[in-house]
Amino acid sequence: MLMGTNLVNAQTPAAGTTEDAPQVDWTGVSYYVLLFLLICVGVAVVGKILKIYDLTLKIQGKKGLRWNNVMGFICLVFLLAGLYGAYWSFTVQGSMTLPEAASIHGVKIDEMFTVTTILTMIVFFLTQILLFGFLFKYRHSEKRRAHFLPHNNTIEKIWTIVPAIVLTILVVFGFFTWQSIMDNTDAKGEVAAINVDITGHQFAWELRYPGKDGKLGPKDFKLTTAANKLGVDFKKKSSFDDLSADTMYLPVNRAVRLNIQAQDVIHSVYMPHFRVQLNAVPGLPTFFKFTPTITTAQMRTRLDDPKFDYLVYCNKICGGGHYNMQKVVRVVTEAEYQTWLSHQKPYLTDGLRKELHFAAAEPQQTVSQNRLALNN
Amino acid sequence: MSTLAVHDHGVAHHDEHGHEHHHNETFVSKYIFSMDHKMIAKQFLITGITMAVIAMILSILFRIQLAYPDKTFPLLTTLLGHFAPNGRISTEFYLSLVTIHGTIMVFFVLTAGLSGTFANLLIPLQIGARDMASPFMNMLSYWFFFLASVVMLSSFFVQKGPASGGWTIYPPLSALPKAMPGSGEGMTLWLISMVMFVASSLMGGINYVSTVLNMRTKGMDLWKMPLTIWALFLTAILGILAFPVLVAGVVLLIFDRSFGTSFYLSDIVLNGVQQPYEGGSPILFQHLFWFLGHPEVYIVIMPAMGISSEVMSVNSRKPIFGYHAMVYSLIGITVLSFIVWGHHMFVTGMNPFLGGVFMITTLIIAVPSAVKTFNWLATLWRGNIRFTPAMLFAIGMVSFFISGGLTGIFLGNAALDINLHDTYFVVAHFHLVMGSAAIFGMLAGVYHWFPKMFGKLMDEKLGYLHFWLTFIGAYLVFFPMHFMGLDGVPRRYYAFTEFASMQKWLTINTFITWAAIMAALAQVAFIYNFIVSIFAGKKSTQNPWESNTLEWTAPVEHIHGNWPGEIPTVYRWPYDYSKPGAEEDFIPQTVPFSQTMSSNLPHDFEDNPAGLEELNKYTSTLKAEEKVK
Ligand code: HEM
Ligand SMILES: [Cu+2]
Ligand SMILES: [Cu+2]
Repeated sequence: MLMGTNLVNAQTPAAGTTEDAPQVDWTGVSYYVLLFLLICVGVAVVGKILKIYDLTLKIQGKKGLRWNNVMGFICLVFLLAGLYGAYWSFTVQGSMTLPEAASIHGVKIDEMFTVTTILTMIVFFLTQILLFGFLFKYRHSEKRRAHFLPHNNTIEKIWTIVPAIVLTILVVFGFFTWQSIMDNTDAKGEVAAINVDITGHQFAWELRYPGKDGKLGPKDFKLTTAANKLGVDFKKKSSFDDLSADTMYLPVNRAVRLNIQAQDVIHSVYMPHFRVQLNAVPGLPTFFKFTPTITTAQMRTRLDDPKFDYLVYCNKICGGGHYNMQKVVRVVTEAEYQTWLSHQKPYLTDGLRKELHFAAAEPQQTVSQNRLALNN
Repeated sequence: MSTLAVHDHGVAHHDEHGHEHHHNETFVSKYIFSMDHKMIAKQFLITGITMAVIAMILSILFRIQLAYPDKTFPLLTTLLGHFAPNGRISTEFYLSLVTIHGTIMVFFVLTAGLSGTFANLLIPLQIGARDMASPFMNMLSYWFFFLASVVMLSSFFVQKGPASGGWTIYPPLSALPKAMPGSGEGMTLWLISMVMFVASSLMGGINYVSTVLNMRTKGMDLWKMPLTIWALFLTAILGILAFPVLVAGVVLLIFDRSFGTSFYLSDIVLNGVQQPYEGGSPILFQHLFWFLGHPEVYIVIMPAMGISSEVMSVNSRKPIFGYHAMVYSLIGITVLSFIVWGHHMFVTGMNPFLGGVFMITTLIIAVPSAVKTFNWLATLWRGNIRFTPAMLFAIGMVSFFISGGLTGIFLGNAALDINLHDTYFVVAHFHLVMGSAAIFGMLAGVYHWFPKMFGKLMDEKLGYLHFWLTFIGAYLVFFPMHFMGLDGVPRRYYAFTEFASMQKWLTINTFITWAAIMAALAQVAFIYNFIVSIFAGKKSTQNPWESNTLEWTAPVEHIHGNWPGEIPTVYRWPYDYSKPGAEEDFIPQTVPFSQTMSSNLPHDFEDNPAGLEELNKYTSTLKAEEKVK
């Protein structure tokens, strides 16, 4: 009903000045209200006709409409239509879901997903068919009595134990896969993972790459200023060569460890194509290590979509801009990665240099001033 | 067991005055500050339905935004004022709508509306008690609930709008008033409302538990209680143990918001301004919230399970299959639901090993759920199924519980949850398994016990229309959402316009919205039926569904104390339907075995050797007679 205004009045200028709210087109609204009332009248008429039909049947000495039969048949129709609908949904909408995983662990997740889907779908179709099949088959009849069957211990044991076994198998595989995915340390002999710092705030992501030393400098939120947005601590050497970046470039087939942080509220780093997600929590740095396996260029040809890009989404409600907090991720060859990296600007900008030199003597004071400002 | 002082009063009263019972009741004491459990049940029901309608309208509003993200609806500005400038819902108000929709549905409709109505109505009537253990606390419970509802709704009238951090109100978003408009006064009102809500819930729960434990009529031992009572009883226990933890979490949040503490806050720079919080942990709140939150989802579903079990047994004219297994699985769910909360937090950065442990406990809880499902199917098998509207809704509940429960097995697997958490897959999961299933259980209860509540019958044909439109509508709305989730579409997004990959879902979103509008309009059939039947419905007979349970032995006209004269005694379990050898296809619980010699089974006397001997004598004489012939 509420749509009324829209359909009739879709051309209402949205760009009008903020003061005059758009005019409601009441004819559009009343059109839909009338339509609904008409439907109600229609339903009432059909109801009356059914009642009269029922009565005439009874007057003629027949049984009247047998609603139990009617409902039984509708259950059967629903079952068939529902099965077809589920099948349609699986094929049409099922094919609109994410492409193959673009990371090593993602492939494992997808395999487990497939196994779980097959098992659960068997149960789904079986139980729904039994449910609606029974409804049709055992619909009420005067001639019959229900079969008195209060319990049967054997069958109850079977259907306790079988699900228990199936679930145990799923749990065991899930548990070990999960443990291996969440292990973010570098194994012995493994090439060290690239550390990338990703920090969420309302409503954007900030990226920081380590410089030549391969190490990210430490951070402290109390050092945050307009020029030092992330609060990097420049008392440490490792901070000086850090780089800031706009796009997340990752070399293909190399392990990356995301150092995930948030400044204000909880956000969540979600990269569905890599099967990566971990919350960004203020005060609690988290880590996710993964290895991309398909470059952006390869994915573009596979999907036949020249505009395709991997993205980071924010996936934890974080305020009004939550729905548009994205960052582009490009998976490239090692060579492309190195060229790109050499073009990135240092985190330590000239402005920050000046500020640090100037403020180095009295960092404590800035903080306490800020506190005062907050307390009033 | 049931000879408490209260009862004696009731009995004596009836003996002396007979039908002049209502002489000292005023309008206020009868309809407003009533202490009669039947009236309080009706109050809960009507408030619950009202809240459900409101929450449903909120959902239609945000569905419109999702279906038509770039169109303007001047009517919205007329209705919502500055929350929808220029004919479009604002991003922040969208989140408010989602938040309040979720809060009202989970707590006010499916917790208070469901448990409040049916625990109050059924506990005394089905166990044979004159009223609740403490009628006064019962009344307070309703009024706290009512106040909580009013406060929750009043947050629409504050300048910055209602709470908008999601129904789970995770801090720091909910703790920092400057983080979003809804975290200002709106959040304060939300917190106050929830504290009152929990108070109401506790008063109700303590009452339900003590009534069930202490006030059962003669013969009503625990294993003769209907499954509705078992479910409501265990639900109340869950609530009593879990809700206080939410209060603890909420109180700490109030401290962080208003008194400068740092329970949940640390290292925060908001809009470039450093905040003076140190040492807290946002994850702590999530532990406290979900320690309630997970039991809460079972608080919501268990009454629906109990109601459906009862309704399905009555209308299949068959005993519920595996009564003991049904009770043990309810107990299993009750216990296990306290150790699975971490499955909501797999990807919060909680220690991965802990995640692994929660994954094990979570998948264990799926076993009792599976047992229940199979038992329901076995109950229908070879039944003689009568399709009352209540029966249809109970069946719908089972269908939804299966569909939604199965996706729980994906989410409970921490490795799979990495990519599914907070997507539409989760939205689909819980709207089917909890939202739709519990609402259908509730509606089954309303259609089934309407004659008990109002002494009238509801119109069956309108009930059929209501069922099919709602049932099909709910599937059309939630089934496609699974695939959106599998495409990585996050929940709580204001629009899917900003990501190129999500634009392909726009047509499906439009479709979902229209399915939701259809389902919402179908509720008009219910509301109309409900209201008209109260005043102009056909008079009900005493036992319209030919049911075995005690409430149908009470007179249609409500009287204070439920039964004139003595409370009936119970002799048998509540599920003797279609017993071979019995005359009728049902034997009420009040019929002693001595009157049903032809249908007694050895099984009926498992713990009653004298009765068994009696039965053996009877069968041997029968055999002897046959031989003579
Ligand atoms: C078969 C057993 C079930 C399993 C294994 C299961 C598992 C899960 C898991 C792991 C999640 C978290 C998903 C995520 O946020 O990433 C979840 C969410 C949820 N489940 Fe279930 N579930 C089951 C049954 C139920 C039942 C019976 C209900 C309610 C009656 C329920 C209600 C919910 C709700 C409300 C949420 C979402 C909460 C939110 O984030 O807003 N689940 N379930
Ligand atoms: Cu965010
Ligand atoms: Cu849970």
